[in-house]
Amino acid sequence: MPAAKAQALVQGLTMINADPVADLATLERLTLWALSQYSPVVAMDPPDGIIMDTEGADHLQGGEELMLSGLVNRFRGRGLAARAAIADTWGAAHALARSTDRETVIIGRGETATAVNRLPLSSLRLPAETVQSLRTLGFATVGDLAATPRAPLTLRFGPEIGRRLDQMFGRVAEPIDPIRPADLVEVQKSFAEPIGAPETIEKYVSRLVRQLCLELEKRGLGVRRADLIVHRVDNTLQSHRAGTAKPVRDIAWLTKLFRDRIERIEPGFGIEKLSLAAIIAEPLIETQSASSLIEEQVTDVTPLIDVLGNRGGQRIFRVAPVASDVPERSVQRIAPTADEDGATWPLHWPRPSRLLARPEAIEVIALLPDHPPVSFTWRGKRRRVKRADGPERIFGEWWKRSSEWIAVRDYFVVEDDTGERFWIFRSGDGVDAETGSHKWFLHGVFA
Amino acid sequence: MTAAVAISNPVLDELREKIASLEGAGSRKRSVLPFGVPELDAQLPGGGLAYGALHEVAGGGNGAVDGAAAALFIGGIAARTTGKVVWCLTRFDLFFPALAQVGLHPDRVIFVECDKEETVLASFEEALRYGGLGAVVAELVRLPMTASRRLQLAAEKSGTLGLVIRRWRRQTEASDFGMPTGAATRWRISVLPSEPLPVPGLGRARWLTELMRVRAGEGGEFIIGACDGQGRICLSSNAADRPDQAGRSFALS
Repeated sequence: MPAAKAQALVQGLTMINADPVADLATLERLTLWALSQYSPVVAMDPPDGIIMDTEGADHLQGGEELMLSGLVNRFRGRGLAARAAIADTWGAAHALARSTDRETVIIGRGETATAVNRLPLSSLRLPAETVQSLRTLGFATVGDLAATPRAPLTLRFGPEIGRRLDQMFGRVAEPIDPIRPADLVEVQKSFAEPIGAPETIEKYVSRLVRQLCLELEKRGLGVRRADLIVHRVDNTLQSHRAGTAKPVRDIAWLTKLFRDRIERIEPGFGIEKLSLAAIIAEPLIETQSASSLIEEQVTDVTPLIDVLGNRGGQRIFRVAPVASDVPERSVQRIAPTADEDGATWPLHWPRPSRLLARPEAIEVIALLPDHPPVSFTWRGKRRRVKRADGPERIFGEWWKRSSEWIAVRDYFVVEDDTGERFWIFRSGDGVDAETGSHKWFLHGVFA
Repeated sequence: MTAAVAISNPVLDELREKIASLEGAGSRKRSVLPFGVPELDAQLPGGGLAYGALHEVAGGGNGAVDGAAAALFIGGIAARTTGKVVWCLTRFDLFFPALAQVGLHPDRVIFVECDKEETVLASFEEALRYGGLGAVVAELVRLPMTASRRLQLAAEKSGTLGLVIRRWRRQTEASDFGMPTGAATRWRISVLPSEPLPVPGLGRARWLTELMRVRAGEGGEFIIGACDGQGRICLSSNAADRPDQAGRSFALS
């Protein structure tokens, strides 16, 4: 739309000159940031996109869905509206990200053809005039175009349409040429003959790790995130990313991280080049370890955390106290390498060793307001209470939710006649109905 | 009586050493973590829970499902070791304040929450092989012979204490606990009525601890007081108050 027309439509429109050069520079900055955060193979998709090969790297972000929503949220945190899509091919992901109204789209393996059928022609990365002429001819969607015989189209518009369609459906390879920052620490090895045997790959990977560690030592750096990129003879890239919890320059440690992934490398017709890059490197200063004569040596578990964390399929954490009386809020998960501040819970009151995810309603016979139950029924089994202790009154946290303004829970420890001990509570103080429903719940199991 | 003779007999000592070296444990000094309860320690070879070995613990009765007593028993053992503790599980329903109450500091424990049982086994083995940890704990449903043997070898190699909590989805599935595994000891912890107090309220919890199987030793049954603030257990002092009929039949089943 011309500027004059826009001004006529909207009164008091503020005009800003387009600055494609600055836009491109910002896009490059964002791309470099995405390289350090998300995937080893990242490239600019100008004028307004970033393309990444996330295969083998999404596990560090907790899977594809979490990675994508996290990515969009981080952009939104900076005031940028982003849309993200994962698909089998560059073409499909490009089209989906630009034509959907959802923020994140994930298309499963092999479902590209059905997903892109209804997309508009403009998402096909064709020149504007071609799209215009195709519209004039009556084509509206990618599906229409894909179902039309190629020869007349090629005769009229040239080979471009066929190439873009093939790229979208994955019939033609479209390798991503990854962006590389200037000060990247990278070592690579090209092979005269393609290699494929796992032992050979392992040998060269450990050689590359050794070289990388030497390079890092010269600069006084340690790896936080390292990428192994495998170039295969059929001109496809495979990347494997490993993250560490703190800067590392230890050859054995890094080799172990990559050795676990070697089995996932598919050599195909052979590998012609391996390259290993330290995408995020941080200063690492050698410190003198404590002598075993003075103090007892505490084993550092960070390598173990790295090995487990790079496997995928598990979450690693420590727990730490939170200053809250409400049991389910008193525990938080923290990073396994977080500082150890020695904080613990106040240990005056008995606490169950297993806490139910949410309190389960129980049927109770009890004398109100402050007697423990005489018997209760939990999961269809009636239990007589032999001994009990309580109540321990816990008040709602009104600063968290207004509905907890005067809420009260009275906790009792009860023991049935076989000796099983449970943690049960009554919502409300037993007198005032405002403080809770006076229903009883079982919240935990004591040892 | 037999124990006294064995200790003083040099011929038997020599034989024991020979057998130990045949078993492959002779090259390394095998140490143990004693419970500090003489009656219990006497049942275990070496006078305590062996480091560099796998120990299986399950709950009795409802404990087979919730594993509450087993977790606290293991927490007490882990609290008495030094170094970090790695705890692998599939569903995180531990309430850590209870473990802090038996002396296990939250800074010492690294949890690995896995998506499936196989991942627990893999993480458990990786942590056992790592060495230098105080104890490694895993909560498992199934522990096949092959897997347990592999874990036992990993523990032997690094000298780490491997502790397995067996918990099932249903109480009826707990019959699986009779199957042989490569673990060095097998325990079952069942809850008993707590120690009586002169006033209304709950005393120290008591457990019926069955040492169901121990390699190169004899099992036994003990009534113990639950772990205290340092993770120590004690033989329940009130010998007159034997477990009631319910507890006894339940132990035999």
